[in-house]
Amino acid sequence: MAILVQEDTKVLVQGITGSFGGRHAKLSLDYGSQIVAGVTPGKGGQTFENQVPIFDTVGKAVSETGATASAIFVPPPFAADAILEAVDAGVDLVVCVTEGIPVKDMVRVRAAIDGSSSRLIGPNCPGIVTPGSGDGSSGGCRIGIAPGYIHKKGNIGVVSRSGTLTYEAVWQLTCRGVGQSTCVGIGGDPVNGTSHLDVIKLFTEDPETEGIIMIGEIGGSAEEEAAAWIKEHCKKPVVGFIAGTTAPPGRRMGHAGAIVSGGKGTAEAKIEAFRDAGILVADTPSVMAETLLKAM
Amino acid sequence: MNIHEYQAKQLLAKHGVNVPSGDPCTTLADARSIADRLFGQGDELLVLKAQIHAGGRGKGTFKSGFQGGVHLCRSADEVEEKAKAMLGEVLVTKQTGEVGRQVNTLLIASAEKIISEFYLAVLLDRDTGKPVVMASTEGGMDIEEVAEKTPEKIVRVGVDPALGMMPYQARKIAVGLNVPANLIGATAKLVANVYNTFWETDASLVEINPLCLVEDGDGKQDICAVDAKISIDDNALYRHKDILAMRDLGEEAPLEIEASKFDLNYIKLDGSIACLVNGAGLAMATMDIIKHFGGSPANFLDVGGGASKEQVTAAFRIILSDPNVKGILVNIFGGIMQCDVIAQGIVAAARETQLAIPLVVRLEGNNVEIGKKILDESGLTIINGDTMADAAQKIVDAVETSA
Repeated sequence: MAILVQEDTKVLVQGITGSFGGRHAKLSLDYGSQIVAGVTPGKGGQTFENQVPIFDTVGKAVSETGATASAIFVPPPFAADAILEAVDAGVDLVVCVTEGIPVKDMVRVRAAIDGSSSRLIGPNCPGIVTPGSGDGSSGGCRIGIAPGYIHKKGNIGVVSRSGTLTYEAVWQLTCRGVGQSTCVGIGGDPVNGTSHLDVIKLFTEDPETEGIIMIGEIGGSAEEEAAAWIKEHCKKPVVGFIAGTTAPPGRRMGHAGAIVSGGKGTAEAKIEAFRDAGILVADTPSVMAETLLKAM
Repeated sequence: MNIHEYQAKQLLAKHGVNVPSGDPCTTLADARSIADRLFGQGDELLVLKAQIHAGGRGKGTFKSGFQGGVHLCRSADEVEEKAKAMLGEVLVTKQTGEVGRQVNTLLIASAEKIISEFYLAVLLDRDTGKPVVMASTEGGMDIEEVAEKTPEKIVRVGVDPALGMMPYQARKIAVGLNVPANLIGATAKLVANVYNTFWETDASLVEINPLCLVEDGDGKQDICAVDAKISIDDNALYRHKDILAMRDLGEEAPLEIEASKFDLNYIKLDGSIACLVNGAGLAMATMDIIKHFGGSPANFLDVGGGASKEQVTAAFRIILSDPNVKGILVNIFGGIMQCDVIAQGIVAAARETQLAIPLVVRLEGNNVEIGKKILDESGLTIINGDTMADAAQKIVDAVETSA
């Protein structure tokens, strides 16, 4: 068992007829993921790539196809609404790729979905991949924008706020012949649906996951929170890396959430929290996989 | 996006927050007429404040030698004289760095008689994902310092975004500030209005420091926002055209403005090794690894997920306009992007900019072999980096050798 999504998870795509959503829905299909529906209001009844039915609402897509996960690719002004529509339709896992959603919209979304049975990943995230056993890890479940072929089915869990830095870690593992159970990008925004800690808990419970790479960056205190829990509850080897040691305070480093403000959220404090929790810290991003393999 | 104090006060006043009466000006003539009007209304003392996006103005020094970016004036002549010494001059404060900022606008306002000073701010609490109001009796001080030394002096109230600020929460803050009993109502109302300003303008920070208990000539007391700072969430600017119009390009680094035109995320730093990377996390990590191997990064630059040839060329041009740059490290993880396309972009950009400093390129991902071949056969001196560590080590060495 991987976490959150399995090879047979049925996925719908909100915004499947947009260029971004369409491109990645196609890549997921090529990877062998079960993309069972698309949603674009006003285009219900059409099909995507001659095989995926398009619906006007998420509710219809769910009831007709049994999709349990959604990938959201709609533009920022409409993304909060899209997330709430998916939650209202009872989708278990909502993955929001959209970058640039106003923070206020996410504050309202988070308050609204608090207590619901749906889990939100993102926004502003690369998504989630559970690698399959086919060629180039095909046959797995790819929701989002990560390159599928860099993965390999295996036993390492990867969780990160950053896209390309996740790919870097995954590729380092795959190049060393080591596969991944599931790779989760939780996104770079200050208010998101799933934290490092949420994912770490799932990896800890997952019998298939034998080691974890946790990638964080400056801003907030989510990494510290995860570290404190790991110290008490996680017996699996965990390697951590924090990006942004050289970032100037008060500046947003690309990600809306990557900012050191008022002396809070520094890389130093996070690295210290990792060390205190017994997490092995990769000194450079080049040695994330190597550090984990040594520990195992 | 940051806005000026006078703009912040305009937004606050629009939401019913009491601010000292006054107006901004950009010319001596306007300074004179604002001063005449305020003195004419019965003011005896005015304050003249330099408008720049940086703190520490009062204790700053102009490059001309003139002391202080904030002045009290008793006559219109004095206002004109001080305005003349400030307008168009460059003010250096502890927050501006040595470069300083040119003062193009002054705020002229009634100088309130201040009885006591408080701190009030609304910001996002990332742990709860909700807005939080913070207040302290230690006005005028740095809140971080207060939080560290005397945390018991800070009142924190989390706000449910669906409910907004409830009256009891606003009263809790007013009482926590120890304002006189007859002003608890007015203070609570001000706090609620400050919260509303935060919420309705999509702000990421509203800071009133100091919030003051003031007294007029007749001994009547009131509560007033004497200084104000507001930052707006960039992602939400599309729905606030009025606030977007407040953007002051003079406060932003020219190279960063240029980069934003090409959808490049660029932040200038002080080092000598420039980097060009796809993805924010990888871009930060690339800066870090340069430092790890003994170099110093000249910038943060994220070209995004689908960088085009034009963007790569623009990125090179921007990087090279920084005179401190002695070498370039390109680090691309072409997951979805094709490395051969990126390689073509790099070669074209290097040719177009007649690159004369060391360039190390680390490519990984789709079509990486074809990409490396394009770089090798370009006839340009491009050093190949196999891993991030290898690439960082090579650019640090190359810059040291050429120095």
